Amino acid sequence: MQARIYFDNASTTKINPEVLKTYEKLLENYYANSESLYNEGNEIRNMLDKSRAQIADLLGVNNEEIIFTSGASEANASAIKGVAFSFPNKKHIITTTIEHSSVLFACKQMEEVFGYEVTYLPINKEGLIDLETLKKALRKDTVLVTIMHVNNEIGSILPIKEIAEYVKLNSEAYMHVDCTQSIGKIDVDMRNIDLASFSAHKIHGLKGSGVLMKKKHVPFVELIVGGEQEFGLRGGTTNAISDIVLAKTLRLAMENKDKLFEHAKILQNYAISKLEEIDGILINSPKNNIPCIINFSYEKIPSEVMQNALNERGFMVSARSTCESKNNYSYVIKAMGYSDTRASSCIRLSFGLENNKEEIDLFLEALKEIIKQYG
Amino acid sequence: MVKYDTVLIRFGELSTKGKNRKDFIQKLYMNIKNTFNDIDDFTYRKTHDRIYISFEGDYQDLITERLKKVFGISSFSFTKKVDSKYEEIENTCLEIAKESETKSFKIIARRQDKTFPLNSDIINRNIASTILKNTDLKVDVHEPDLPIRIEVQKELTYITTQKILGAGGYPANMNGKVLLLLSGGIDSPVACYELMKRGLKVEAIHFAAPPYTSENAKNKVLTLAKMLSEYQFDMHVHIIPFTDLQLEIYRVAKDPYAITLMRRMMFRIAEKVAKANNCLAIASGESVGQVASQTLESINTINDVVHIPVLRPLICFDKIEIIDLAKKINTYETSILPYEDCCTIFDPKNPVTKPNIEKCEYYESQFNYLEMIEEAINNEDIKKVIFTREKEDYL
Repeated sequence: MQARIYFDNASTTKINPEVLKTYEKLLENYYANSESLYNEGNEIRNMLDKSRAQIADLLGVNNEEIIFTSGASEANASAIKGVAFSFPNKKHIITTTIEHSSVLFACKQMEEVFGYEVTYLPINKEGLIDLETLKKALRKDTVLVTIMHVNNEIGSILPIKEIAEYVKLNSEAYMHVDCTQSIGKIDVDMRNIDLASFSAHKIHGLKGSGVLMKKKHVPFVELIVGGEQEFGLRGGTTNAISDIVLAKTLRLAMENKDKLFEHAKILQNYAISKLEEIDGILINSPKNNIPCIINFSYEKIPSEVMQNALNERGFMVSARSTCESKNNYSYVIKAMGYSDTRASSCIRLSFGLENNKEEIDLFLEALKEIIKQYG
Repeated sequence: MVKYDTVLIRFGELSTKGKNRKDFIQKLYMNIKNTFNDIDDFTYRKTHDRIYISFEGDYQDLITERLKKVFGISSFSFTKKVDSKYEEIENTCLEIAKESETKSFKIIARRQDKTFPLNSDIINRNIASTILKNTDLKVDVHEPDLPIRIEVQKELTYITTQKILGAGGYPANMNGKVLLLLSGGIDSPVACYELMKRGLKVEAIHFAAPPYTSENAKNKVLTLAKMLSEYQFDMHVHIIPFTDLQLEIYRVAKDPYAITLMRRMMFRIAEKVAKANNCLAIASGESVGQVASQTLESINTINDVVHIPVLRPLICFDKIEIIDLAKKINTYETSILPYEDCCTIFDPKNPVTKPNIEKCEYYESQFNYLEMIEEAINNEDIKKVIFTREKEDYL
C-alpha cells in the first residue's frame, strides 16, 4: 500500500501524544461539572483555573483575559460581534481581503444583516497590506480593526505590531488579531492587541477547543448568555477537560516553536528551490512568509484535479482554506492580483515537525508525473 | 545579546549585624541555594560581603524573578567575565551600551591588577569615547541610567551593569517561629509576607466552620499558604474546627458581640497552638479601624485573653497599601475569591465597635468554652504545604 504523506498541517494537525495521554486520563477520571460546589467540581475548577493561568502566562496577559471557546471561528465571530455590538453608534469595521472565512463572512454578515460598513484593505503581491491604506481607512466611527497575523493560504506574516501600535495610538478602535496560524510558530506580542483568537487543533491539540483573548478594558456583548461560565462572557457547561489540556497543548507548541521554525525553513527552502526547477510552476507564497507554508500554482491543472491526483498517489494537501471550499478559486491568490487561472490552480503544502526531505522528494516525483500525464 | 555569566548578590541589613553576621550570611547562602534547588548547573561562591552564582545559558530572567523573592538581599547585578585584555573589555562594554534602551551612561573602572597597562582613568575615557562614537548614549557622571562597572583583576575582568533591587529584610527562617491567623482574606497573606521578611518562620492557623464554610474556603487558604511558602520553602497550616464554638457563641450572645467573642476564642486557641508548636508570638493581619473588630477598643478586648506577644505587621497600613502589596506578591486574585470564611458567614448587622471586657466575660460564663477549645485543638488538622516549582502533570 502507498504510504500516506501529510502536508496539510495548516488545515489541522495530528494530536501530540502527550496531550492525548493527558486528555484520556482526565476524561476517564473526571466528569463533574466544573461549576459544582462539591469536591469533585472544585477539583476540576481548580485544574481549569491553573490551566487558564498557564495560558495567560504563556501569552503575557491576565488570567481573566482568557476565554475558552469551541475554536478560532467562534472566537473570531465573538470578537467581532461582541465588540461591535457594544457601540450602537459606531458602525464601521476594518479588515483585509485575505482574512479567514470566519472573519470575512462575519464581516459580510455585519454589513448585510446588521447594517455595518466594512472596509476591506487590499493586499499586494507580498500578501501584505499597506499601512497607508489602513491610516486612510480609519474613521471616528471605526469600532474594530480585525486583521490576521499570518495568512492561512499563502503564509504571509502581517506586520501586526506596527498595525496595532498605529491603531491604538491614533484611533478609538479596538484591535483584534486572528492568531490561528501564528501561535506556536512565531512570536506573538499581545501589547496593543485588545483581542486575539486561536485554536488548539492547529497546534497538535483537540478539535473543538480554542481561546478568545479579550483584555479587561474591552467592552463586550456576550453572544451566548445564560450561565456565568467564562466570567459571564460565554454561557454553557464548560468543556473543562478540553480546556484544561489546551494549557499543555500551548506550552508544548511554544516549547517547539523555534525547532519547528528551523525545521520547516529547511523544508521550505528545499521544496521551493526544487519546485522552481519545474517548468510552469508558479510560487504564490511571498518571500519571508511563514516557513510552514508553501503555495504554488500549475496553471494547466486546476486545484481539484491536482488534489485528486496527489491523493491517489498518497499525498494530503489543500488548495484553498479547507474551511471555504465552495468557490473554485482562491480569493487570497486573487487578492494578490493574480489571474483567475492561477487562483484556481493553487496548491498549499503545509509542514510540521514530522515531515522530512524524503517526503518532499517523493512529492516532487509524483508532481512531475502528474504534470507529464495531465499537464 | 551580551551573555552574562555571573550574578553578584549584595546583602541587605546583614551588613549592620556584626556578631551574627556569619550566621546570617550562611543562612542567606543556604536559602539562595534552596531557591535554585531544581537547577544543577549553577556554581556558588561566597565572600565576606558578596555571594556569586555562576551560570551558563539562558537563566537571566529566571534568576532575576527568583532572587527578587529571597529576603536578605539588598540588590544584585549581572556580570560578564572576560579576559583582562583591553579590546575584549571595550567590545563587551560597547555591546552592553548598544543593547541598553537608556539615554545616559558612565564607565566606572577599577584596576585592581596594577600590572594592567592602562590605568582606571584611561580605561574610563577610552571606553566612554568608543561608546559615544558608536551609540546615541550620552555621558552622565552624576546620575547615569546605565553605570557600567569594570573590575580589572589579574586574569579576568568583571563587567557589571545595573543594580536590580532585592526584597531586603532578613534571610527567611532565621529569627524564630510565629503563628499567624490566616483567614484567606486580603490582609493576612500580606501580614505573612511582612513577617517572613523579618526572617520569621510563619506557621498558619485557620478556623473552619463546616458546613457554614466550604471546602473551597479551606482550599483557598491552603493555596495561599503554598504561594507564601515560596519565601520560606514550606509552611504548617493548623486547621481548627470551629463550628461548635461558633454556634455556642450565637446561642449565648447578642448579635453585636458575636464577632468580638469569636475573635477572643480564636486568640485563645492560637495562643495554645503557638505554645505547643514553639511559636513565641501570634500574629494577625489587623489594621486599626478597618472593621468593627479592629478598633482600639476591640483590639484591647480581644487581646485581653492572651499572654503572648501579638504581632500586627499591618496595624498602620491603609487598605489601599495592603491591596497594592497583595497584588505585588500575587495573593490578591486568590484572596478575593468569594468563599465565605468564619468571619463573614455570621456577619452581624451591627457589630459592637467599643466592646466591653466585662460583658464578654459575662457571655463566656454561660458555657464551658475551655473544654470546647481543648476539643477543637484536639481535632485540629495539620497540613504541611511545601513549595514546589514542579508543574501539575496535566499542564
